[in-house]
Amino acid sequence: MENLDNTLDTLVASALSAVAAVADASGLDEIRVQFLGKKGELTSLLKALGQLSPEERPKAGGLINKGKQQVQDAINQKKVLLDQQALDTRLASEAIDVSLAGRGQVPGTVHPITRTMERITDYFGRIGFTVEQGPEIEDDYHNFEALNIPGHHPARAMHDTFYFDDTTVLRTHTSPVQVRTMERFVKNNDNPPIAIVCPGKVYRCDSDQTHSPMFHQVEGLYVAEKVSFADLKSVLIDFLRVFFERDDLQVRFRPSYFPFTEPSAEVDIEWGRNDDGSIKWLEVLGCGMVHPDVFRYSGIDPEKYTGFAFGMGVERFAMLRYGVNDLRQFFENDLRFLDQFR
Amino acid sequence: MKFSEKWLRQWVNIEVDTQALVDKITMAGLEVDEVEAVAGEFTGVVIGEIVACEQHPDADKLRVTQVSTGSESCQVVCGAPNARVGIKVPFATVGAVLPGNFKIKKAKLRGVESFGMLCAEEELGMAESSDGLMELPADAPVGQNIREYLSLDDKIIDVDLTPNRGDCLSIAGLAREVSANFLADVTEEQIAEVAPAIDDTFPVHIDAPQGCPRYVGRVIRNVDVARSAPLWLTEHLRRSGVRSIDPVVDVTNYVMLELGQPMHGFDLDTLSGSIHVRMAESGEKLTLLDGQEVTLNDNTLVIADEQKALAIAGVMGGEGSGVSDQTRHIFLESAFFDPITIAGKARSYGLHTDSSHRFERGVDFQLQNKAVERATALIVEICGGEPGPVTEVASEAHLPALREVTLRSEKVTSLLGMAIENRHIEALLSRLGLGLTLVEETDGQACWTVSVPSWRFDIAIEEDLVEELGRIYGYNNLPESTPTALLKMKQVDESRVQESDIRRVLTARGYQEAVCFSFIAPELHRLFDPQREPVALSNPIASDLSVMRTTLLPGLVKTAGYNLNRQQSRVRLFETGLTFIREKGKDGDELKQEPMLAALMTGSRHPESWQGKAEAVDFFDLKGDFEAVFALGQAGNEFVFRKGEHAAMHPGQCAEIVRDGKVIGHMGALHPSLAKTMDMPAAIYLVELSLKAVTEGKVTRFAALSKYPEVRRDLALVVNAATAAGDIERVIASAAGELLRRVNTFDVYAGQGIEAGCKSLAMGLTLQHPSRTLKDDEVNELVDRVVARLKQDFDASLRQ
Repeated sequence: MENLDNTLDTLVASALSAVAAVADASGLDEIRVQFLGKKGELTSLLKALGQLSPEERPKAGGLINKGKQQVQDAINQKKVLLDQQALDTRLASEAIDVSLAGRGQVPGTVHPITRTMERITDYFGRIGFTVEQGPEIEDDYHNFEALNIPGHHPARAMHDTFYFDDTTVLRTHTSPVQVRTMERFVKNNDNPPIAIVCPGKVYRCDSDQTHSPMFHQVEGLYVAEKVSFADLKSVLIDFLRVFFERDDLQVRFRPSYFPFTEPSAEVDIEWGRNDDGSIKWLEVLGCGMVHPDVFRYSGIDPEKYTGFAFGMGVERFAMLRYGVNDLRQFFENDLRFLDQFR
Repeated sequence: MKFSEKWLRQWVNIEVDTQALVDKITMAGLEVDEVEAVAGEFTGVVIGEIVACEQHPDADKLRVTQVSTGSESCQVVCGAPNARVGIKVPFATVGAVLPGNFKIKKAKLRGVESFGMLCAEEELGMAESSDGLMELPADAPVGQNIREYLSLDDKIIDVDLTPNRGDCLSIAGLAREVSANFLADVTEEQIAEVAPAIDDTFPVHIDAPQGCPRYVGRVIRNVDVARSAPLWLTEHLRRSGVRSIDPVVDVTNYVMLELGQPMHGFDLDTLSGSIHVRMAESGEKLTLLDGQEVTLNDNTLVIADEQKALAIAGVMGGEGSGVSDQTRHIFLESAFFDPITIAGKARSYGLHTDSSHRFERGVDFQLQNKAVERATALIVEICGGEPGPVTEVASEAHLPALREVTLRSEKVTSLLGMAIENRHIEALLSRLGLGLTLVEETDGQACWTVSVPSWRFDIAIEEDLVEELGRIYGYNNLPESTPTALLKMKQVDESRVQESDIRRVLTARGYQEAVCFSFIAPELHRLFDPQREPVALSNPIASDLSVMRTTLLPGLVKTAGYNLNRQQSRVRLFETGLTFIREKGKDGDELKQEPMLAALMTGSRHPESWQGKAEAVDFFDLKGDFEAVFALGQAGNEFVFRKGEHAAMHPGQCAEIVRDGKVIGHMGALHPSLAKTMDMPAAIYLVELSLKAVTEGKVTRFAALSKYPEVRRDLALVVNAATAAGDIERVIASAAGELLRRVNTFDVYAGQGIEAGCKSLAMGLTLQHPSRTLKDDEVNELVDRVVARLKQDFDASLRQ
């Protein structure tokens, strides 16, 4: 027995020190096989139990198993430790520089004019306006006459029209789309309400620092029964405050003249203050109540229906919104300019 | 129109400052563009007379003058070339402060003492530049403060009038408007008739009464045109931006500015027989006052004598018949020309005059006699002379009628969105000179007949009156009300791809949206679309912007060039917009305006990066990006790429994109010769296609998922090198039938081991049965069938 005790103690001690010393998983496994495997040194002690007396066997067996358990525990603990170390090593070796740039495309941008048109049409879309578009090469009738601008009208001089021939022009505003939409309603026997916005390119024969021969407008039209100037004011004030994201934006309506509206107004917004604290006004919109002759041209009864129309220059809105100070930038398409509108 | 504030205030005196006046008229629809001081701010400047003038002893260009202010005489050194004895000039005395806070002190100039400074207009802030001392009239009172003498405490107000308000193109008209807005009275100078001193008249015949319903004329004999118009008159002209020319022209201009009636003065001795107001003969020639010879059209109204045309009516006088320094006797014209007859005529001859500006917009048709009396009085006062009696030729039938317009209070309420009390409506409109007669009034609803004064050409319908009401009431005092509408939903087509979604897909893939002009240079057009004749503008702004684009590609390529020249090496652009194509249709030429989507890419596939080498883009990068666009409409597989041709594209790297059997666009590399012509790198890839073809999509239909395994078979095919993989894939799909889930080409090889002129394609077929596991036998049979079909269609063999 004592002999066994000694042998057992020595074996356990030697196993424990081997476990403590081993540095990798395969070494640890070798130790396990050496001591606890089928032919392991500790396992062999159990095989030698037969040589002991039956009275001694249980005790000796218990001692050996206890020793085995002690070694197994040490191996288990060491395994956890070694696994952790191995993982730590792997994780350390797999570390990356997260500050390096990502892979793939750098996104491009939607042109600020398109972006502005999308915003404008989106806000009107939310109150039920739909988008209408039309041709850019227009006939004289839709661009002028149906809008109550006959050939001799002084307002034609304000338009600086591009001509192809006597009756074909590049549209000078997107108002012909309003005419075409009203004509379609009448043709299809549809009745107002008509609530549309018409975004698009327009052209005037004028080019300098503040004029581009091609530019963009969004015009709107609302026709229904009992539409009044009060409705017009409310919708446009709301729009301007939403567009510029300022609930307290000051807006004023100034009498003006357009052949296709009566009464007509220009709309100014507050854009900074003068030295004396008074508001600096900036014109941003033209609008008015649809002229009854415009309704008549398109076949809508002006005694039954009234409506308002408005129009705005998209470049101007984009310039104000994003602080662009040179109109020509919009059409140069310099990537350094476009890149800014993310 | 520019005018002197003081002049206006002589007509209507209101107790408010300039700013309040300007704000009020702006908010009444007469938009003030600018207010500018007549002169700069200065003090201490009086009228001085040069009583002696000698050469400076030590300076060639300086003179030593003695200047009298009446009470004293000062020595002043002066460099102006026109300094001479006897002239009266503005004299800044010692202690004076000139514009820019420039203080005048006693000084020594090249050793000679100088007490003050003689001034040019520029130095007083009265002109942008001047070339000498400002010479004052001989009767200017020496010693008087110059501000007082010239009434310089005045502002020039520039009002930008809308075309409907021709009635405000005069002090009288502006005064009416101010009076209505401020409830102030107009104090109009009484214009008395000038009694004729002689019996002379000159005969006038109106041959075109439609264009000239009234012509008032008057002979004045023995006028002395060598005299000058008085300072107050020329100062009023100057402040309206009108140059002083001679006393007769100055007077007619003055009357135009004051009353709104353009007039003309003829040299009576140059007129032959009688005046005829007639339409021009086609091709008739006339040399205008500005020296320009014009060839007249027969739609132009002219003033002629018995020999020839003398003036374009209402636009400009002729060279030979106007007042000159030789003129002794004059014939004054004060006519009413029909706005529609005059409209556009000046422009058609490249002219625009104060006169045409007014006649086109409408001149008060009852003003002619008054204007001629006013002008006569002024001319006689300035130049002397004996006036004859006023002659008037008029056609009542052609004169505009005084209009009457019906106004209903309910129209006011419905248009403005607010009721205005009937009495208030009457008061507001009466202020504008409108005459209201109540026709009926029941339950508070009134109806009036409103008579419109002869100067208001713009008021013709009820809505015009409502505008006047709103204007005078104040647009900003009108209410706001949010419109209410039915909560009725609109149809939205789910299958339609939104353009904004296309933009987002492309920007996510690194493209920038460009907006290019719709007109381009004809040469550029020819490079990209030589077969087509572009639609050309008849009045382009520049020759390089003179034809409408038939394709978006030139704009994108030019834009790429612009950016490549600015150190950008990687460019990805797209644009949407109309192209303009004239096509032969059933009824002659038809103009097609089709929305297109185009894109361009060049440079490296990815932005410069820390890993890997930069690879240049090729056709398939662009194709991949557009496959993502096509996928938006759930119909990506309907877009077929076939070998194609395009004038601007590399013949070996060009695809036509086909959908439903129709070619909807092209994709390919920029043609190397074109790249060279445009001085661009060759590796530029382009696509342009019909936007409509991309936005038309489908709504997904669900297909049941099979729970049975997929079987994959790969084929290594050897085919002729020119055979398109896409064609083979399509044949495989048709031969394999409905068990085929997908087919894809996963390798393309040519070279060693493959016969020259051939290529090897590796294609993977994925098969699946919806309701059972596929058996090997049937898969083999299917593959054999496919291979046999490929053999038949493409002479394809399996690679050994």
